[in-house]
Amino acid sequence: MNPASTSTLLVAMENVTVRFRGAQNVHAVNGVSLTLEPGKVLGILGESGSGKSVTLKTLLRLLPESRTDIGGTVIVDGRDVLALGPQELADYRGRATSMIFQDPMLALDPVYTIGEQIAEAIVRHEKISRKAAMQRALELLQLVRIPSPERRLKAYPHEMSGGMRQRAMIALALAARPKLLLADEPTTALDATVQIQILLLLRQLQRDLGMGVIFVTHDIGVAVEVSDRLAVMYAGQIVETGTVRELISDPQHPYTRGLLAANLHGAKKGERLEAIPGAPPALNEPPSSCSFAPRCKHAEDRCRTGLPPAIVLGEGRIVRCTRAEAELAPA
Amino acid sequence: MSAATTDAIPVAITQPLRSPGYWAGVFKRFKRDKVAVGAGLVVLAIILMAVFADYIAPADPTRSSMLRRLRPIGTPGYPLGADELGRDMLSRLIHGARLSLFMGVVPVFIAFAVGSVIGVSAGFFGGKYNTVTMRTVDIFYAFPSVLLAIALSGALGAGVFNSLLSLTIVFIPPIARIAESVTTQVRSMDYVEAARASGAGPGTIIRVHVLGNVLGPIFVYATSLISVSMILASGLSFLGLGTKPPTPEWGLMLNTLRTAIYVQPWVAALPGAAIFITSISFNLLSDGLRSAMDVKG
Repeated sequence: MNPASTSTLLVAMENVTVRFRGAQNVHAVNGVSLTLEPGKVLGILGESGSGKSVTLKTLLRLLPESRTDIGGTVIVDGRDVLALGPQELADYRGRATSMIFQDPMLALDPVYTIGEQIAEAIVRHEKISRKAAMQRALELLQLVRIPSPERRLKAYPHEMSGGMRQRAMIALALAARPKLLLADEPTTALDATVQIQILLLLRQLQRDLGMGVIFVTHDIGVAVEVSDRLAVMYAGQIVETGTVRELISDPQHPYTRGLLAANLHGAKKGERLEAIPGAPPALNEPPSSCSFAPRCKHAEDRCRTGLPPAIVLGEGRIVRCTRAEAELAPA
Repeated sequence: MSAATTDAIPVAITQPLRSPGYWAGVFKRFKRDKVAVGAGLVVLAIILMAVFADYIAPADPTRSSMLRRLRPIGTPGYPLGADELGRDMLSRLIHGARLSLFMGVVPVFIAFAVGSVIGVSAGFFGGKYNTVTMRTVDIFYAFPSVLLAIALSGALGAGVFNSLLSLTIVFIPPIARIAESVTTQVRSMDYVEAARASGAGPGTIIRVHVLGNVLGPIFVYATSLISVSMILASGLSFLGLGTKPPTPEWGLMLNTLRTAIYVQPWVAALPGAAIFITSISFNLLSDGLRSAMDVKG
């Protein structure tokens, strides 16, 4: 990636590694590079422990600094996130980049009203009066279409339903008008009917406000619903990226194919659902060969001896698999 | 909670409704607890009695009369009898409430402030700071509280101020421990991470999110220590380490009337009964507060 194109990107992560130190080191993220243009939605798809949440938290530097080693570069909106000082970091968080969490019941403080919490976040970044902040909080609640927002402003989190809480959480995240919104499985804790409402809301807010969104999920259906582009993560690496259409219609990496095959949407009644055999590897050592090889039915000797190359199949279409070379050859 | 929601619905359509709120909910649940309300009224009565002792007490608590020593309960002019120096027991009990309450509430209050600072900072910052502070606290906590209070008072010398000081020191460790454990729980909650993600510094997080969630539980625990503090203070006075005669104080009265236990057992038992009633009322009150504040879902 050349420097000229980096400046127009909202997010540019280059070869990011995250290692947690402890009795046993955990290499949670191993060389992740990803980019996001302003006003686009990137879906990161992966199973538990694939490093998708860690990647997201790296963007806000939320990981415990004393026990974490982060390598590579993270540029968001022209700022080198890993080099920010404490004050710059406080300004950056919430203002440039903001995050919504999985379970809104846990992510909202139980002893304050919704209005107080949103106003608190606004006052943190803008020098306006408490009263003006409350007015803004009300506008934000209207923006996320909470029914009877005047009343919800003075409600405590436990007085609201799950869907309303997640709307309030989104309003809280939008308090300081961020350019980048990170969503860490925002619909996982919700009922299926509420899930789709929240997804549609997020999609619309993203379009109306022109925000970039990185959306982390393990649900391929959800990822397809909201994303422009997808990145599939496995064992701390992005194994395949591309537009939603490219990934769904022409998956290259065996893991992506496995994920798609294990999905309920195309399943026929009476047939066994195809599952990927085995389990993800332990991440005590950085990978020296293809992490997916032990579960891959196409694995060859070279998969087990060296890291697979990152093969560029087209603009923004990258696959980390030796088999993709065959794809490249005839072209 | 459910009652509040059903009340709210017709109003909500036309005008914004004031949410019943957390403390209103606490008060409502507390009101339903008959035992706690009763205990609260008793505590209130004792506080009023202590404050207005000069107006309520029928006689001077220090005026003695050698002719009227150890009168039984019900003697005309001495509704609760007279003590070993012929002083009116009722007046002495009423005046004694002042010191007893003072010794119950003040050490706990100071320890609440100091212990919260120690515990919350240890819980929030964690790491080596936590280890050093909390293990130091544990050293004090390892002594039985009665022993520690007696040892400290003995070393500092008798007197109200010194027993106040020693009681405060006795109560800091348990409060700090509770504060630390609650803070550790709150620190790992998602809403603290969410606040950090939206740019809140450590100061804001402690002030808004940690204290907001932690002070309630610590306060409830502290109120349960008031009765312990009263009993310990009485114990110190009983051993001659607290108040000096002739000041009326329940523990001291219990001590001086000890010798009269075979002559006037009922009169001799009265200060003990006063201590018992007051401390059990504080305990029941704190229990009621705890259960009323516990519900957050």
